[in-house]
Amino acid sequence: MSTPILRLENVKKSFGKKHVLTGVDLEVQRGESLVVLGGSGSGKSVMLKNALGLMTPNDGKILFDGEDVTKSTGKTRAKMRERIGMLFQSGALFDSLTVWENVSFRLLQADRMRRKDAKERAIETLKQVRLGADVADLYPAEISGGMQKRVSLARSIISKPDLIFFDEPTTGLDPITADAINDLIIEQVRSLGAAAVSITHDMASARKIADNIAMLYEGKIIWHGPADIIDNSGNDYVDQFVHGRADGPIQPAI
Amino acid sequence: MNYSRGSDIVSNATTGKQGFPNPLQWIGAASLGLFSEVGRLFIFFLKVMATAFTPRWYLAQVWKQMVNIGFYSLPVVGLSAVFIGAALALNIYEGGSRYGAEQFVPSIVVLGITRELGATITGLMLAGRVSAGISAEIGAMRVTEQIDALETLSASPFRYLYAPRFLAAIIALPLLVLVADIIGIMGGWLVSVYALDFDSTTYIRNTMDFLTNNDVIVGLIKAVVFGAVIATMGCYQGDRSEAGATGVGRAATLAMVGAAVLVLATNYIMSTLFVEIGL
Repeated sequence: MSTPILRLENVKKSFGKKHVLTGVDLEVQRGESLVVLGGSGSGKSVMLKNALGLMTPNDGKILFDGEDVTKSTGKTRAKMRERIGMLFQSGALFDSLTVWENVSFRLLQADRMRRKDAKERAIETLKQVRLGADVADLYPAEISGGMQKRVSLARSIISKPDLIFFDEPTTGLDPITADAINDLIIEQVRSLGAAAVSITHDMASARKIADNIAMLYEGKIIWHGPADIIDNSGNDYVDQFVHGRADGPIQPAI
Repeated sequence: MNYSRGSDIVSNATTGKQGFPNPLQWIGAASLGLFSEVGRLFIFFLKVMATAFTPRWYLAQVWKQMVNIGFYSLPVVGLSAVFIGAALALNIYEGGSRYGAEQFVPSIVVLGITRELGATITGLMLAGRVSAGISAEIGAMRVTEQIDALETLSASPFRYLYAPRFLAAIIALPLLVLVADIIGIMGGWLVSVYALDFDSTTYIRNTMDFLTNNDVIVGLIKAVVFGAVIATMGCYQGDRSEAGATGVGRAATLAMVGAAVLVLATNYIMSTLFVEIGL
């Protein structure tokens, strides 16, 4: 088997006395679309931020394309991030920049591309996510939530990454827009040949975009398998989560 | 960044048997909290300095911040300076007239404004307008994951956000202080000539005769330090902002209060130093 693009080995992360990740083991192969399920407060976002290097784990290892990047800094980290795209839950578009400047931010700042060329690339990429050139000069506050997600998706794919993280990509969107975003994610990930790690608690989204699904519970991956057997996982926790039942081993977070 | 605030350490201090805080533990926890806060602020300051004075510089960002910090602060600085200069002239006249020393109004006004009040008033005004503004802006970026997004896009927030604000502040503050000096002296002149019956020509000549280059330089050196303090406090508190409107609001308040106190404290230290070295 080839080297996985991302591998987490016994990753632990605590905030004071609160142990959020208690030993996460996870592997993502090239071209694979993995969805990590988990309830609110289960540590999905923390796991993702550790994988991205936005947080440093207390223990364990993170390997990107076979290289240990757990505590990497400077050029090693920059090199890793050049190959990673990220779609944040809130979109995280820069308010003070126009749509095209947001999309081509990496090209302008890290790659120092000329503004004219960067704008052309941004408009091309916006087209890939079904947005017209007319939105390029607008500011994020001037477009809808669904459009903001598309812009954020365009920003995450513009540099043709090998791995893309999606943090709750459909949260806050109506079902139709959410489905359109799911379609775009599948289309873009496949056309790039990139691996994708999505974290969500939206089962419709998970079923649509996942090749494999993993379930995070109490800071550990408790189940990992193909998406098409999720309804027959044989795991009570997964079963309760997938069917959205209040009764079961998982206590509601209220 | 994930670290606890000084106040959290204090609130986590063990309580006594009846639920009352143990005074010794509370004092210990408060001291630890204070030292760790000062240490973190100092490390943050060194990091901002290190990025501000080494390439790469985002000059467009520096220019944008200079307009925001410098140009848009002109009205508040100008208005504050004119009133301070006018009030200073009145008070010096009132005090001086008790000893028949009214003629010292121009010289004391120019000395007070250039060496002390021009820089201090500008620093305090900008602690409110700029430090709180920077903190709120960066805090909002922090809680909406824009700073995380910056990092994932291979841009360091220190280089892209904090260093330009720092550079803009240390460049803009001296310019604003020069404006404050001129307008403050003019405020003193206005009151002296139109309310206290001073002769305009004599007042201006006395002012010019008494003013030395050192007086102006002292104010400008202070302005550079105040610029560093104001930008650092704004960026530091914004970077540490907690989630929600309350978190961002608290960060803005802490930035403003912290910057104002540090402006006054560093002003006193510098004044002492300048007197010692005869500047």
